Amino acid sequence: MIRAKGMPFLLPKGSLVAETIALIDFGAGNLHSVHNALIATGASGVVVTADPDVVAAADRIVLPGVGAFGACRDALAGIDGMIAALERRVRQEGTPFLGICVGMQLLADKGIEFGEHQGLGWIGGTVHAIEAASADIKIPHMGWNDVTPTTGHDLLEAGEAYYLHGYHFDAADSEDIFATTFHGRKLVSAIGRDNIVGVQFHPEKSQAYGLAFLKRFLEWKP
Amino acid sequence: MTVRIRVIPCLDVADGRVVKGVNFVDLKDAGDPVEQARAYDAAGADELCFLDIGASHEKRDTIIDVVRRTAEVCFMPVTVGGGVRTADDARALLMAGADKVAVNSAAVSRPEVVSDIAGRFGSQCMVASIDARSVEQGRWEIFTHGGRTRTGIDALEHAARMAELGAGELLVTSMDRDGTRDGYDLSLTRAISDAVAIPVVASGGVGTLDHMVEGVTKGGANAVLAASIFHFGQHSISEAHDALRAAGLPARHSS
Repeated sequence: MIRAKGMPFLLPKGSLVAETIALIDFGAGNLHSVHNALIATGASGVVVTADPDVVAAADRIVLPGVGAFGACRDALAGIDGMIAALERRVRQEGTPFLGICVGMQLLADKGIEFGEHQGLGWIGGTVHAIEAASADIKIPHMGWNDVTPTTGHDLLEAGEAYYLHGYHFDAADSEDIFATTFHGRKLVSAIGRDNIVGVQFHPEKSQAYGLAFLKRFLEWKP
Repeated sequence: MTVRIRVIPCLDVADGRVVKGVNFVDLKDAGDPVEQARAYDAAGADELCFLDIGASHEKRDTIIDVVRRTAEVCFMPVTVGGGVRTADDARALLMAGADKVAVNSAAVSRPEVVSDIAGRFGSQCMVASIDARSVEQGRWEIFTHGGRTRTGIDALEHAARMAELGAGELLVTSMDRDGTRDGYDLSLTRAISDAVAIPVVASGGVGTLDHMVEGVTKGGANAVLAASIFHFGQHSISEAHDALRAAGLPARHSS
């Protein structure tokens, strides 16, 4: 079994084979909140890791992220071998992947935030600043808002979740959009393809709705 | 619908215990912050705010421990204010599980701390906390150190500057109203809300549910913060949500 240095490791309960859930640590501030929420859903094999070898063998992968697109991208790219491990494990081997907030935005081709930065390019699109549709629409989009599923995706149920972002994913192909929300204009709430899902909202901060979402991700068989 | 009006209970914390000040004096002990946070999480509070009041810089570890323990059991956004002076102070709180940090005095004496924090961790986590007091009709000034120190800085100009420097939200507290239960200073809230493009949290003076509704309808706030009205059981979070919805405002259906 793989364990990350210094992190608590919980023994599996009720299952003979524990899945390893790699929660990627590239310095994003909300890492521990995501970790706490995964634990609260009953996940037993969560490993907080910056080790590409752990990612390369993980059964599920979660990429959190807060802050600026470019800073997150640089931090992820700064871990030797990490992006290659992700590419292989997620895109070639089909491991279930969840990106949260900036971790979702990084799926795009590029992000325009303090300059133009390359994204992972897994889901076509560009991350742009949200432009306020009118003076009463405040940016960042901050607070609880709808998750309105557009397709019948297994992971996404209609509900309310917490959003905290000033940039949004402008998808190239509307078929990749799993859910939307509305803040002066329609915004992508969830996006993905096959074994990849990214959510703009913060499931780890969305109380019962968020924990139920994470539980579905942990049980997801794409 | 659009983004919901947020109802934010605020816990004043000193030395790891919840206290509630009335005009920042006459503190009453109201218990353990983590237990209270858990109760508000269960009640469907939209966010929680911890204000670390009166704690010395040497005792920062106490609030960090409170935040860490809260983040283990509460799954809602938490803002922490009080004594945040540097980007490293902010980092320690964010790493412990805070989602946003509120910067007050330091943002007055050294506004660049706002751009430091926004630049390193993103505007979404940088809340500029503005304590203002009316100095003449239609004019408010920034006061620091729990409302004791007048700065001569115009509150509207300061608010606009905070937004320019990268604050993602303003927590606007009327020092005239704080603890009075007479309602928010709606003119102050409205003036600041109209002056900036970022969300504004109204704070200071809530005594009734109507005050929260007015904070939005008249004050233009995007979120309403209150303390004693919730802490002492006068009203529940869901009653606040219901009152907002009854006024035609978007609010969650809490349990």
